[in-house]
Amino acid sequence: MSLRSPLGRVLGLGSARGGSGHWYSQRVTAVALVILGFWFIASLAMLGAGAPHAAVLGWLQSPFSAVMALLLVAVTAYHALLGLQVVFEDYISDKGARLVVLVALKFALVVAALIGILAVLRIAFGAQA
Amino acid sequence: MPQFRLPENSRVQPGKSHAAPTGAKNVKTFRIYRFDPDSNQKPRVDTYQVDMASCGPMVLDALIKIKNEVDPTLTFRRSCREGICGSCAMNIDGVNTLACTKAIGEIKGDAKIYPLPHLPVIKDLVPDLTNFYAQYASVKPWLQTRTPAPPDRERLQSKEDQEKIDRPSACILCACCSASCPSYWWNSDRYLGPAALLAAYRWIIDTRDEATGERLDELEDPFRLYRCHTIMNCAQACPKDLNPAKAIAEIKKMIVERQH
Repeated sequence: MSLRSPLGRVLGLGSARGGSGHWYSQRVTAVALVILGFWFIASLAMLGAGAPHAAVLGWLQSPFSAVMALLLVAVTAYHALLGLQVVFEDYISDKGARLVVLVALKFALVVAALIGILAVLRIAFGAQA
Repeated sequence: MPQFRLPENSRVQPGKSHAAPTGAKNVKTFRIYRFDPDSNQKPRVDTYQVDMASCGPMVLDALIKIKNEVDPTLTFRRSCREGICGSCAMNIDGVNTLACTKAIGEIKGDAKIYPLPHLPVIKDLVPDLTNFYAQYASVKPWLQTRTPAPPDRERLQSKEDQEKIDRPSACILCACCSASCPSYWWNSDRYLGPAALLAAYRWIIDTRDEATGERLDELEDPFRLYRCHTIMNCAQACPKDLNPAKAIAEIKKMIVERQH
């Protein structure tokens, strides 16, 4: 039980002067993902079902496709990070647990993004399998 | 860890029944949440059958009739009975609204009446609004200026500028919006909630106010402001037809705008 005044509790540690970058980035990445997602689906459709392995590699080796694929991986991971961060902040009220989960989330998404980026780069730089 | 059940002392039990007087033809059943902090008992839902032939049209009329004629222990806040004081906000038929402006005729079946959700209950339909009022006070809901007031007249404002604050000024602080917001339910210790943010917006867009930047500074916080996920329950619940969600979106836009 605390004898602190209700207003004192509400004012707490004060404003963090932050959060707007997070909010803005989430919206910008959402718009980017619409474009990147459309490009990805359209590209797969143009390759067609059952396209030979070499044709898909050839497509991904073009500089434009490779850059778009890198962006798709990176932006997806970043957007997922921003979105999941909000979900965990909403529902985990214990501060210690919240911090651990948020750090773990960042690690997991950075690893996932790096795996995707490395895979695209290997193909772009000429790996055959 | 997440809690999946209400705490033991919050689980609602079946309560007492009060039948309608004999000979009543038009009977409406009210199922009302009861909690007495002094009795050491769990909350319960009491059933009251009210003869509508001798009852006014609004839910508040029925509550007052029950208190006067059937059960004087029934506790609720009320004052103006015309939707301007905001005292009788409660959850009626699953929606937060004012008992005095909610017609009994709009409710199909039994009328279920509970206190505003996710606030500590003081007694029966009376929730503890201490934190809610402190959040309102925290946004400094008064005019802040550096320019001294003209000595011979009030501070002027154009008609168009006045119209901007017309609607947000109509908030009666009943707490229907904040108590309907899931984000406020989970994080009301740090999220200011729709009512306080609508009040903040009312002063941010007031053209006579000169603390706009400081007001935005104070709100720019992941929890105070950005817990709003535009769920829109606030706009749906508001008995005055205001739109706190839109006001919050405008605040977010202004904060981005000053960075570009």
